[in-house]
Amino acid sequence: MTDTKPITFRIRRYDPDVDTIPHWEEHKLNVPDGMTVLEALHEIKAEQAPTLAWRSSCRMGVCGSCGMFINHLPMLACQTQVLHLGTDVVTVAPLPNYDNVKDLVPNLEPLIQKHAAIKPFIILSNSKEIDEPTGEFIQTPEQRDEYSQFTFCIKCGLCLAACPTVATDPLFLGPQALAQAYRYTVDNRDCGLQERLEAIDAFHGLYQCHMAGACSQACPKGVDPAFGIQLLKRTLVLDSIGFGKKKSSLARVMPLADVVKAIEEFAPPPRTV
Amino acid sequence: MANKPTAYNNRLGLKGWVYAGNYTFERYLYIGHRLSGLGLIAYMVLHIIETANRMRGEEAWAALMGLFASPVFKIVEYLLFAAAVFHAMNGVRLLLVELGFFLGKPQEPIFPYKSSVMKHRPLTYIIMLLAGLLMALGGSSLFFK
Repeated sequence: MTDTKPITFRIRRYDPDVDTIPHWEEHKLNVPDGMTVLEALHEIKAEQAPTLAWRSSCRMGVCGSCGMFINHLPMLACQTQVLHLGTDVVTVAPLPNYDNVKDLVPNLEPLIQKHAAIKPFIILSNSKEIDEPTGEFIQTPEQRDEYSQFTFCIKCGLCLAACPTVATDPLFLGPQALAQAYRYTVDNRDCGLQERLEAIDAFHGLYQCHMAGACSQACPKGVDPAFGIQLLKRTLVLDSIGFGKKKSSLARVMPLADVVKAIEEFAPPPRTV
Repeated sequence: MANKPTAYNNRLGLKGWVYAGNYTFERYLYIGHRLSGLGLIAYMVLHIIETANRMRGEEAWAALMGLFASPVFKIVEYLLFAAAVFHAMNGVRLLLVELGFFLGKPQEPIFPYKSSVMKHRPLTYIIMLLAGLLMALGGSSLFFK
C-alpha cells in the first residue's frame, strides 16, 4: 500500500446565489505521493463537498482550464503535486484579478477579449494573397525560432493573475495578449504591427508593464510572457527611431512552380529496399 | 434579486501591488522601485515647499535649517539617498532589460527551462551589489566623517 500524508485543504467557497462574500472551508485528506491538487479536489468533491465547483478538462496541462491560486501562487491544479508543495495546509482559491463566478471558477472573458484586441493572426500587406495565393511563404528555421516559444500559450490566464499591474489596472492588456502580439509581430509573414499599435501603444498597453517578472514565473508552459513583452518594447523603440525591420509579404512569397522545384530538390533519396 | 451580483470581484488591487509573497526576487525589486519612486516624488514636492520658506525671511529659514540639522533628519536624509541610489541602479537594470538586453534568445521551453527572469539574474545581482556598495559608501560619509 502506498504511503499517504494527511493534508488539510483550505478551499475558498463562493456561491453567488447564497453568499455575498467568499468563505473558507477546510477538508482533510490522506494524500499519496504523486496525487495532484486536481485529483485531490475530485476526491474531496466525491467524499466531502459535493457542491464544490471548479473548471478542468484535460488533466495534463494542455487545456489550461484548471488555473487556481494554490498556496498564494497561480498554478495549474493538474500539474501541481500536493506533496511537492511541502506544506501540511494547502490553500486553494480562485485565480485573482478575474471575477469569481463560483467557488474556484474564474471568469476568463477579459483574457479572451484582450487576446482578441491585439489581432492574434497573420496580417498580410496584400490581403488578396489570402483569398488568391500566388505561392507559399518562405520561412527559415531561424525565422521560426524567433516566435515558436510564444506559440505554446494555452490561455490559462495564470500570467494575468500574477501580474501586479493587472491587479490595479483592469484595462491593462496583460502579459498574455502582449506576448502574443510579439509572437505575431515578429513572424516574418506578418505585416500587422501598425494595425496592432492601436491596442499596444496605448495608455493601458505595452508600457504599463514594469517588468516584475511574475508572469514568467507563473507560466506553466514556459512561454515566458515577460520576455515577449520586453522584445516587443525593443521592436517598437527600434521602429520609432527608424531602425525597425522592414517587411513586405509579397517579397517572401515563393511562386508555386518554385515550391514544386524546392520539394523535388529537398526530396529524400530513393529507397534502396 | 435583480440587482444581486452574479460574480465576486476578485481583483487584488493595491495588495497585488505591494505583496510579493512567494514570487521571485525581481517581483520584490518591483515593489522597491515603485515605493522608492513614490518617495522621491514626495521628496521633490516637500523640497519645493521647504526652499520656498526662504521667502518668509532669514529667521524662518534659519529655524528650518536648525530643524534639518537634527539626527532624525540625518536618518531621513540617508533614507532619501538610499532610495535614490536603489531607484537609479534598478532603473539601469530595467532600461537594459526592457530593451531586450541580457535576456538571451527565444528558445523552445524544454526542461530544464530557464526563463528570461533567471537569465538576467546575474545582472540583477551585480547591479544590486553595486547599489549596496554605493549605499554603504554614502552612509559612511554621511554618518562617520
